[in-house]
Amino acid sequence: MTTFVSDTALVFGRYARQTLRSRTQILFGALMPLLYLLFYGPLLTGVPLAPHGGSWQVLVPGLLLQLGLFGAAFSGFGLLIEKQHGVVERMRVTPVSRLALLLGRVLRDAALLVFQAALVVLVALAMGLRAPLLGILIGFGFVAAMTVSLASLSYALAMRVATPQTFAPLVNAVNLPAMLLSGLLLPMSLAPGWLNALSHLMPLRYLVDAVRAAFVGDYDGTAMRYGVLVTAALLVASVTTGTHLFRKAGA
Amino acid sequence: MAVISTAGLARTFETRHGPVHAVHGIDLTVPAGEILGFLGPNGAGKTTTLRMLTTLLAPTGGAATVAGHDLVRDPRGVRRATGYVAQSGGVDPTVSVREELTTQGRLYGLTRSQSTARAEELADRLDLTGLLDRRCAALSGGQRRRLDIAMGLTHRPAVLFLDEPTTGLDPGSRADLWDTVRRVRAQWGTTVFLTTHYLDEADALADRLVVVDQGRIVAEGTPAALKTRYAGSPDASLHDAFLAITGRAATPPDAAPVAV
Repeated sequence: MTTFVSDTALVFGRYARQTLRSRTQILFGALMPLLYLLFYGPLLTGVPLAPHGGSWQVLVPGLLLQLGLFGAAFSGFGLLIEKQHGVVERMRVTPVSRLALLLGRVLRDAALLVFQAALVVLVALAMGLRAPLLGILIGFGFVAAMTVSLASLSYALAMRVATPQTFAPLVNAVNLPAMLLSGLLLPMSLAPGWLNALSHLMPLRYLVDAVRAAFVGDYDGTAMRYGVLVTAALLVASVTTGTHLFRKAGA
Repeated sequence: MAVISTAGLARTFETRHGPVHAVHGIDLTVPAGEILGFLGPNGAGKTTTLRMLTTLLAPTGGAATVAGHDLVRDPRGVRRATGYVAQSGGVDPTVSVREELTTQGRLYGLTRSQSTARAEELADRLDLTGLLDRRCAALSGGQRRRLDIAMGLTHRPAVLFLDEPTTGLDPGSRADLWDTVRRVRAQWGTTVFLTTHYLDEADALADRLVVVDQGRIVAEGTPAALKTRYAGSPDASLHDAFLAITGRAATPPDAAPVAV
């Protein structure tokens, strides 16, 4: 067990150092949500989006999860490059547990995205967001959990495909419907019945609803409970899949 | 004492067009301290065998023991006791040589101070000392290969697996690398299992050769014994012996494919 923790820390440290060497990567990732805050957020300030809370309390949770969605889903890119250099095989022949090889990487991704999420919230506060601190921290928790799940799946996909040219279209084919059907930009409560029903099939929707609830201080309603349940299920399924593929990998 | 022994080791791939028997059943014994050359034409099953022995690929038949550990039941034990240098190496070009060597040691369970000391020792023995603080991308082809070998040795493995170690190197660097492999065996008694396309390399470096074709061992013996038996004289060329054994030339591919 202690070996497992130190192995995970070792893998995490390797990738965290790589991230820290690239300041642009750290800041660039936050660019898309910041642009939405600046040029899209002001459009919504007078619009009644939800029964409780202002428009920023609806928009910012969506932007945080959008950040997590796009940041995590493309994290497999790094693994594709490592595969080409033989780094993945080199690590797979070490005695380090396969779960540690995966977790070390996804925890780095989660740390990076939570840091970027904090930047977004700071700018949002300046733009007019008001939300309880606990709610914001819960929001970061969801960003971290979602990153761990989606990054695990992204690494699993990267283990299966050979080139970035196959990887990127596959990720986009999942990400765009995920973004649109989860109500990231506008809440699904505004949707016609059929679209709202369809969006309930998209797991990410429950996370978005939960973080929006957290931002208005509603910590034990239905939205939060479903959000926690769906997140837990996603975590178990995706980390298991990711570890499995590190174990067998391609021939 | 045998460091590697396999019995009927086999691998079948299931494909859309039915099963493909990449390796039919390899029976192999490698004594401690031997440099074994594993030869064969393209598609003979060299890489598949190597990937099984290094735990990257699960066998579908047979059994093997590597450095005292059962390949199937104790892959982690096998990993601890072996080093593997892939054809494509395995270092990140953006990371420094020192960091790659120390991280590698720690992935194999060395403490921080052990892995730092080991990195210095390996750099000293493999002529990398002045390069420790360079990024891996800044090394020449021959230096990169020595680093790859150092990476495979951080944990003092009993067996070192080398996959096509000199593919892509110029003749001078190839000769240097042969010398490095001999020094590794002389200094640490490491058993070396290497695959190669180059018959001159096999001839110059290996104590014993195992030739595989179509997933089976078709000949084995010292280079001199194979030449005598298949080409009529110990002074014959290994190339003629190889042709007689497999019916094909062991031509190396022009551009080495990178294993992905």
